[in-house]
Amino acid sequence: MKVTLKIWRQPDAASKGAMHTYELDGVSSDMSFLEMLDVLNEDLIAKGEDPVAFDSDCREGICGMCGLMINGQAHGPEVTTTCQLHMRSFKDGDEIVIEPWRSDAFPVIKDLVVDRSAFDRIIQAGGYISVNTGSAPEAHSVPVPRDDAIRAFNVATCIGCGACVAACPNGSASLFMGAKITHLGELPQGQPERDTRVVGMVAQHDAEGFGGCTNIGECTAACPKEIPLDVISRLNWDLHAALRHGR
Amino acid sequence: MTDMPDTTLTGDPSHDAPADHGDDAAGYYTPGDPIRDTKAPEGPIDERWQTRKFEARLVNPANRRKLDIIIVGTGLAGASAAATLGEAGYNVKSFCYQDSPRRAHSIAAQGGINAAKNYKEDGDSAHRLFYDTVKGGDYRSRESNVYRLAEVSTNIIDQCVAQGVPFAREYGGLLDNRSFGGVQVSRTFYARGQTGQQLLIGAYQAMERQVAAGTVEQFTRHEMLELIVVDGKARGIIARDMVTGEIQTHLADVVVLASGGYGNVFFLSTNAMGSNVTAAWRAHRKGAYMANPCYTQIHPTCIPVTGSHQSKLTLMSESLRNDGRIWVPKKKSDCEKDPREIPEEDRDYYLERIYPSFGNLVPRDIASRAAKNVCDEGRGVGPEVDGVRRGVYLDFSSAIERLGRDGIEEKYDNLFDMYARITGENPYETPMRIYPAVHYVMGGLWVDYDLQSTIPGLFVTGEANFSDHGANRLGASALMQGLADGYFVLPHTIRDYLADGPFEKIQESHPAVVEARQAVEERVTHFLSTNGTRSVDSYHRELGNIMWEYCGMERTEDGLKKAIDLIRTLKDDFWRNVKVLGTADSLNQSLEKAGRVADFMELGELMCIDALNRRESCGGHFRGESQTEDGEALRHDDQFAYVAAWEFAGDGELPVLHKEDLVYTAIEMKQRSYK
Amino acid sequence: MRDARASRSTITLKLLMAASGLLFILFVLLHMYGNLKAFSGHDAYNEYAEHLRTLGEPMLPFEGFLWIQRTTLVVALVVHVYAAATLWRRARGARTQRYVMKKNLASSFSSRWMRWGGLTILLFLIWHLVQFSFGKVNVAGGETNDPYNLLVDTFETWWMTLIYLAAMFALGMHLHHGTWSAAQTLGLTNNVRARRNAKSLGWILAVVIAGGFSLVPICVLAGVITK
Ligand SMILES: Cc1cc2nc3c(=O)[nH]c(=O)nc-3n(C[C@H](O)[C@H](O)[C@H](O)COP(=O)(O)OP(=O)(O)OC[C@H]3O[C@@H](n4cnc5c(N)ncnc54)[C@H](O)[C@@H]3O)c2cc1C
Ligand code: HEM
Ligand code: SF4
Ligand code: FES
Repeated sequence: MKVTLKIWRQPDAASKGAMHTYELDGVSSDMSFLEMLDVLNEDLIAKGEDPVAFDSDCREGICGMCGLMINGQAHGPEVTTTCQLHMRSFKDGDEIVIEPWRSDAFPVIKDLVVDRSAFDRIIQAGGYISVNTGSAPEAHSVPVPRDDAIRAFNVATCIGCGACVAACPNGSASLFMGAKITHLGELPQGQPERDTRVVGMVAQHDAEGFGGCTNIGECTAACPKEIPLDVISRLNWDLHAALRHGR
Repeated sequence: MTDMPDTTLTGDPSHDAPADHGDDAAGYYTPGDPIRDTKAPEGPIDERWQTRKFEARLVNPANRRKLDIIIVGTGLAGASAAATLGEAGYNVKSFCYQDSPRRAHSIAAQGGINAAKNYKEDGDSAHRLFYDTVKGGDYRSRESNVYRLAEVSTNIIDQCVAQGVPFAREYGGLLDNRSFGGVQVSRTFYARGQTGQQLLIGAYQAMERQVAAGTVEQFTRHEMLELIVVDGKARGIIARDMVTGEIQTHLADVVVLASGGYGNVFFLSTNAMGSNVTAAWRAHRKGAYMANPCYTQIHPTCIPVTGSHQSKLTLMSESLRNDGRIWVPKKKSDCEKDPREIPEEDRDYYLERIYPSFGNLVPRDIASRAAKNVCDEGRGVGPEVDGVRRGVYLDFSSAIERLGRDGIEEKYDNLFDMYARITGENPYETPMRIYPAVHYVMGGLWVDYDLQSTIPGLFVTGEANFSDHGANRLGASALMQGLADGYFVLPHTIRDYLADGPFEKIQESHPAVVEARQAVEERVTHFLSTNGTRSVDSYHRELGNIMWEYCGMERTEDGLKKAIDLIRTLKDDFWRNVKVLGTADSLNQSLEKAGRVADFMELGELMCIDALNRRESCGGHFRGESQTEDGEALRHDDQFAYVAAWEFAGDGELPVLHKEDLVYTAIEMKQRSYK
Repeated sequence: MRDARASRSTITLKLLMAASGLLFILFVLLHMYGNLKAFSGHDAYNEYAEHLRTLGEPMLPFEGFLWIQRTTLVVALVVHVYAAATLWRRARGARTQRYVMKKNLASSFSSRWMRWGGLTILLFLIWHLVQFSFGKVNVAGGETNDPYNLLVDTFETWWMTLIYLAAMFALGMHLHHGTWSAAQTLGLTNNVRARRNAKSLGWILAVVIAGGFSLVPICVLAGVITK
């Protein structure tokens, strides 16, 4: 099939970018979306044009490296990562608009590649349990109710892709943060640092320039791992608790 | 290349004798001195690690801040080491090529992690895990390392649970585990189908905590392109900032490579797009021996290739073989038909036929090779790619009848979804199609018991080293090894080396540093100025095809020799004719790939030479010339019970083969049989 | 973030908004109840208006309750509007380069309209206070010191009713999302059921309050309520 691609091209962080249009023929419906872009890039290289830069690594939906705004939807029309999106979700003759994540906290590095190091800094601000190697007690010394473990797991599946930020009209990273707060907060091991964790992470989130949440729910709808809005409620709850405890 | 410490080499000149009569690889390498691990203490196997930990010297806490450690890689092996060494107070610099340490390819591991906890009271123990691992590796791993791995495995689970890794649990709140990969005890801990992700996030968070504490500095989107060796010791790396293109010099007292596996030499593999051998290969060229490079694990249950656009392959958990039945049509003429219309009597359940006692659960290498054979016979199914159908059916219809659709959904739902998403077919209705794919490399840089390579001050952990899995890796053991190395082994062994530090400061103007830097700059300039006609990917694809065809599941002397010629020609062409656009001082993905492919070419050649040398079938490695009458793998312990450690002798020179004899004191060598 | 304080976070701003918003909800409920007295006729309505003024006497001075209420509401309004403005500014700064194409998948119209809707309510509020509380403007030119008659005169003017109904629409929308949002901000929606309940409550409050307020002007215009 044949598709028309409108792609954001921007040589580097300092330059201004613009949308460019490319026609691509011979696209097979078995291709993944990124393989389609690979084919485009081979074409561009053959023509002596700079290939389109985009991020991907695992290409199996787990590393969180990929992420494109496709026709106005983060990761495109299916509930999955960009790398797991296949061309059978499009039809012959379609026009496909491809943009990078737009968030001032995720500056564009080149074309469709953005800098998500803000997420690392949010984790640094408290997204962990402090336990030095070797000091852990025997694993069975603290039983964890199965349901708690399942709930923790369900939200620990966040891949840090940033689609929630990209989709949020406020550019908030609350879903990402809430997922981590809930993951660690569901487990007995996560209790001692519950207050400092939430306060630190939220402060870093704000300092990075992410917007505040208005609970409108675009984030969950875009999340490839279907992290539910509950986690933001948990995040808020934990912050209130910290406020009450005078943090 | 003689900056080897005397301790790791026995300088016995009698071993310089020419290769054995009938050596297939004669003419492709130079025989060298045998090599020996001198760090494992003598004595009973279960006391060696305790002894070594005690004997390894300590570093005064006040001194640790003055000691710089570079760790390349943030997978399980790298992140766990960075966290632990940071906690200990060393000054750690951590590198990865992704935009965040959390994205290292360990994240993709699905199945689980082994640990000899014996929570099920089913007779497991460190000794049994050790035994299974050595046996699984077909008696080609070093027993003292493997024993230690089994020993520390239990600590890993404790550590991860304390970090908040949400392992699967039973109703009583205790950890669940399952049996995996054909072993008879239940020792595989898991977090649904995302164990690697959860373990890595645990290690990542521990590492980020140290970043916040100021002991670890992280360099993301930085690629190591060269190792700095000064006076025979590893003293730093040259890295390229992939965003600005800046070539940076990072100096340190010790360098750790945890850069993962090189399965991408096959172009198509289950590895991440960026997985590469560059870090390890650059070290190899500077004097680190590469051990058993040809040992590759090929996983039988991957989603088949759909066309020439294919960029990578996706693994589906092996557990599918517990309920799925593998078959192909008996007649070639049926291969195009809708599988549901092929009657029972026209189907060939070939694994059940050939291996009646293990059936569909034969080990990975056997299942993989059998699939290749039936496809080579022309009985493969699915789309034709380059004239051959490469796929076999994995059929759940009888399991669905037996357990009901709900039963199957409960067990495999996420895998079925993933399959449907990628192929567009509904596996509840038509059988899945699967085909083997490169999944893991057992080969890697040679290390001693301390995980130190043949370059003093260069330590290698995780998939990047060769040590623990012999010729075939047991399922769920790579995660165990990565974390064992990073959390519990390296932090103890590295201190023995660092006890002599801080080493003399070196300047960026030191000739060895300047030389390393220039080498990198020249390569970059070369790629950007070649202005040839072929893209980097097209070379990579071609290299992958050669490797898969001749150095994949089944290898022969003729095929390997042909492959070596093909690779050499391709390599020449690559250096003259590659087309890399863009600039050196910006994000340039073609440039990054060019460097990686250049190193894969050299590695590919060495892999073929190594495979040629090893005229035996063992583990995941099948040599056509070494099989039993009924076509099964035939190992030759009398000739090949050694680790092949290859020394780089210079461009255009033959590599030098050093053999480390494998001696088993705690276990007896046996031939495996699955019939 | 070692020196981080919970009180300085965006979530604290949201918390203040939720708290003030809930106060408003309580107030508009009471207010609506009062308005419905219009159906009981001239005297009952004026009595109620007077009763508000003497509520709490002799513990509180004349109009004491009203003043406490007014102060609370004004403070709440300042807080609500300040937080809204701050968060609005932040959100705009969080994405200065807009998408060429952006689809909304999950958000309700009401949720996306909170800021403009809030602004509408604010403008209306000012006009409303000018008209009924401070300024006492009778657009029909009649008396202004009889609350009931002022009410009837006002809503017999069709465009006044229209402005009022538009404002109630904005209020209804604000409540539809605001109720659920406040529950979420307060951390009360940790599971699917709680989320569903909060959303239903949003609908109920929106319909009851906006509908209840609208009843009086509509009935005046329709001639059901007369002087
Ligand atoms: C699909 C899949 C499923 C698997 N399932 C299982 C399983 O169930 N159980 C199991 O035990 N094992 C499994 N394995 C194997 C296991 O996941 C890996 O062997 C293991 O995770 C490797 O960890 P590592 O830390 O050595 O390397 P990796 O996790 O691969 O990390 C490599 C790191 O090195 C960095 N790096 C590489 N090169 C450079 C460079 N030149 N410069 C800078 N940085 C560099 C990368 O950025 C990355 O951070 C699986 C593997 C795959 C591919
Ligand atoms: C009677 C009047 C009002 C009521 C009952 C009311 C009620 C609420 C409630 C309950 C919330 C939810 C708080 C939360 O999300 O935690 C809210 C949010 C909000 N209000 Fe109001 N409010 C009123 C007036 C105003 C005014 C005058 C403005 C004008 C500036 C305004 C602007 C906003 C904004 C911008 C939000 C944020 C939207 C969100 O977070 O979802 N509101 N309001
Ligand atoms: S919460 Fe979902 S969308 Fe946001 S980073 Fe995590 S996986 Fe991506
Ligand atoms: S590339 Fe890893 S999630 Fe898409």
